[in-house]
Amino acid sequence: MNDHANESHDHHHEESFVSKYIFSLDHKMIGKQFLIYGLIMFIVGGGLALLFRWQLAWPDKPLPIIGVSQEYLDEGEVVSGADKMWEKWGEDDEENWFERTMHAGIIGPEFYNALFTMHATIMVFFVVVPLLVGAFGNFLIPLMIGTRDMAFPVLNMLSFWTSVLGAVIMMAGFLVPGGHAAAGWTGYAPLSSVPDFTGVYWGQNLWCIALIVMGVSSLMGSINYITTVINMRAPGMTYFRLPLVIWSLFIVAILLLLAFPVVASALALLLFDRMAGTSFFAAAGGGEPLLWQHLFWFFGHPEVYILILPGMGLASEMISVFSRKPIFGYKSMVWAMISIAFLSWVVWGHHMFQSGMNPALSMGFMTTTMLIAVPSAIKTFNWLGTLFRGSIRYTVPMLHSLAFVSMFVIGGLSGIYMANSPVDIHIHDTYYIVAHIHYVVFGGSVFALFGAIFYWFPKMFGRHMNATLGKIHFWLSFLAFNGVFFPMHILGVAGHRRRIHNPLDTDLRGPGGMEIQGINEFITICAFILGAAQIIMLVNVFWSMYKGRVAEQNPWHANTLEWQAPTPVPHGNFDQIPHVYHGPYEYSVPGADADWIPQTQADGEPSHGEPIPAGATAD
Amino acid sequence: MTDADQATYEHTADTGQPTSNARLAILILLGAEIMFFAGLIGTFLVFRLGSVTWPPPSQADVRLPIGVTGINTIVLLFSGYTMIRVLLSARKDSQKELRRWLLVTGVLGVIFLVVQGSEWVRLVHHGFTLSSGVYGSIFYVLIGCHALHVLVAVVWELSVFAKALGGCYSIDRHVGVEICAIYWTFVVVLWPILYVMVYLV
Repeated sequence: MNDHANESHDHHHEESFVSKYIFSLDHKMIGKQFLIYGLIMFIVGGGLALLFRWQLAWPDKPLPIIGVSQEYLDEGEVVSGADKMWEKWGEDDEENWFERTMHAGIIGPEFYNALFTMHATIMVFFVVVPLLVGAFGNFLIPLMIGTRDMAFPVLNMLSFWTSVLGAVIMMAGFLVPGGHAAAGWTGYAPLSSVPDFTGVYWGQNLWCIALIVMGVSSLMGSINYITTVINMRAPGMTYFRLPLVIWSLFIVAILLLLAFPVVASALALLLFDRMAGTSFFAAAGGGEPLLWQHLFWFFGHPEVYILILPGMGLASEMISVFSRKPIFGYKSMVWAMISIAFLSWVVWGHHMFQSGMNPALSMGFMTTTMLIAVPSAIKTFNWLGTLFRGSIRYTVPMLHSLAFVSMFVIGGLSGIYMANSPVDIHIHDTYYIVAHIHYVVFGGSVFALFGAIFYWFPKMFGRHMNATLGKIHFWLSFLAFNGVFFPMHILGVAGHRRRIHNPLDTDLRGPGGMEIQGINEFITICAFILGAAQIIMLVNVFWSMYKGRVAEQNPWHANTLEWQAPTPVPHGNFDQIPHVYHGPYEYSVPGADADWIPQTQADGEPSHGEPIPAGATAD
Repeated sequence: MTDADQATYEHTADTGQPTSNARLAILILLGAEIMFFAGLIGTFLVFRLGSVTWPPPSQADVRLPIGVTGINTIVLLFSGYTMIRVLLSARKDSQKELRRWLLVTGVLGVIFLVVQGSEWVRLVHHGFTLSSGVYGSIFYVLIGCHALHVLVAVVWELSVFAKALGGCYSIDRHVGVEICAIYWTFVVVLWPILYVMVYLV
């Protein structure tokens, strides 16, 4: 079934630097490109968060190091290098970007709005999707289903570079006069559709254009993923022998395919409203501002499952391998993901309980939303069932996967509160929702992502990452993460609104009349620790690429097909297309002579035994 | 391994793919296109069903060209039929018929675009534009998005025609014709829905 692929890879051909590293058609290289690109955007998105966290903890105080000194603020006395710098910049205020955005190192309200808008936009569209779907989808799908490449390699390359173009347009928004988009990542009309409301002109237009470009990129990616999974599986690789991560990416590709065009149409309407004088979201011309919320969340809710489902898939792989047990309830895991994907289309109204929607409709959305707890709980109990009485190995990927499960449970439980229309009226648009989304997307997806980078690094780069650094990074991140986001639940219940520039402007008291600004300061300190911990991760990734311990072919004794391919994986992946005889999770099978049975091992065939020593099959 | 597993394995190994990658990909793309138009049609319905009178009172004097567009609808539907003839000719490897029907289909597509364009020019001259309230906004955006898709389909179809002139297709190799025909059919089938919704009801 892979005739054309077979013939094109039998002869080895030299590639130029450009065709190997830049406009590469190889799914593995494109996956790595997405990885590097996502990590760079991760630094940008995280940096934006640290800036606005500073403002929330110490409102209107100059930033450390780059801000002016207190003496300069009080008496205009130049005492530090930063004072001198801002004094000089103050002379040409319209020209200087820093002067426009954060005069004297103090984050003004307009820049604050752009910061939280862009933090979310970058993290959702340019970090989590490129990393989880772009990097791991590209790297893993052909390897794990046993084929030589994606169905459309050129489309794949175009998908990556379109996504880079989207990122460039999005980053350009910071530099245009008027600043970047400031209407929140949800871009609610009319705040987003009438330029005068935010004072942002080209920033918001570029935001729309960049997201449409990203939509084109993910359209190309998902066409590729779906076609590849349907048409190019190795002989014997039936749908119910696919690893769960492939199932999750397959489902995510379908969600992306069907959800993104809807927001693309909404973004086009928004652009027309801003630039061509239409009145889709303008009540004055007969338009309907609420329409934006419907269109956005019709896409937006599938989008949040696009962010979490690959994390679920990745964690399922690692939990099974490091428990040395089959995944508990494989088929129910698949059906749970399919039902989550299906239900994600009929719950968007739970973002709009406060919008003046008919309460009867709220009731319906409340019910469908709470239904999602059922498949989510099935998955959680299946992970616990997998761990139960397993021979658990506390490797770095396993630690991250365990963090994924526990953080996902916390995020899932707080979601149930918000699904309740009466409760949501109190906590809507407070820090409670901020805590919830970060527990699911950071505590969930990003921890699974860190684990997955560590787990598949040996196959990607032929070297191991450093386990000690990995553990330090994990524990620092895990503790700091909870330090940042758990107290946000308390802030939220106390009524701390999100997206406000200066929390001291509101006289808020927490439980028992507690002064809550202290919580904001604690959160910010933890946020800086969390940010610093990621430096360890980045150092570990880039150092290990060149200096890490050389990896053997199957270091984790895993069953799935990618570990049966040589390390580093050559162009074309497999010496010959593998035949698949098993499901992906046959660990510790009673009576077998090893505790793992690779998917390629035929019945009655003796165990593949020890993994092939490193370098023996390297090309 | 159970018997059922064995059977599936044999099936996958022996019969291969039920459909080619290219055909599958174009069908998947249509899924995305349908969702894109679903967003726009949903927008139209929100305005249409949310208004007491349609067109809204401020645009009450606007008369859409129902008759001319109706004839144009027939032109486009006929191009759907000629596209079927294109496919049939490709499948029985009749190069002469293939070229003829490709040409006819392309010309019908161009006629549709020209008529639509001239009607738009007339409407704009009557003062009905994008900024004529929500009625003008949704009319031009929804119909314009369809016109843009027809334009893409026409350009694609004419490139297939050029290739057919060069003799690029044979009975075994005409997937290029097939995927173009699938896209063309989507554009044709979508139009009557929009015509009935926007012009008639």
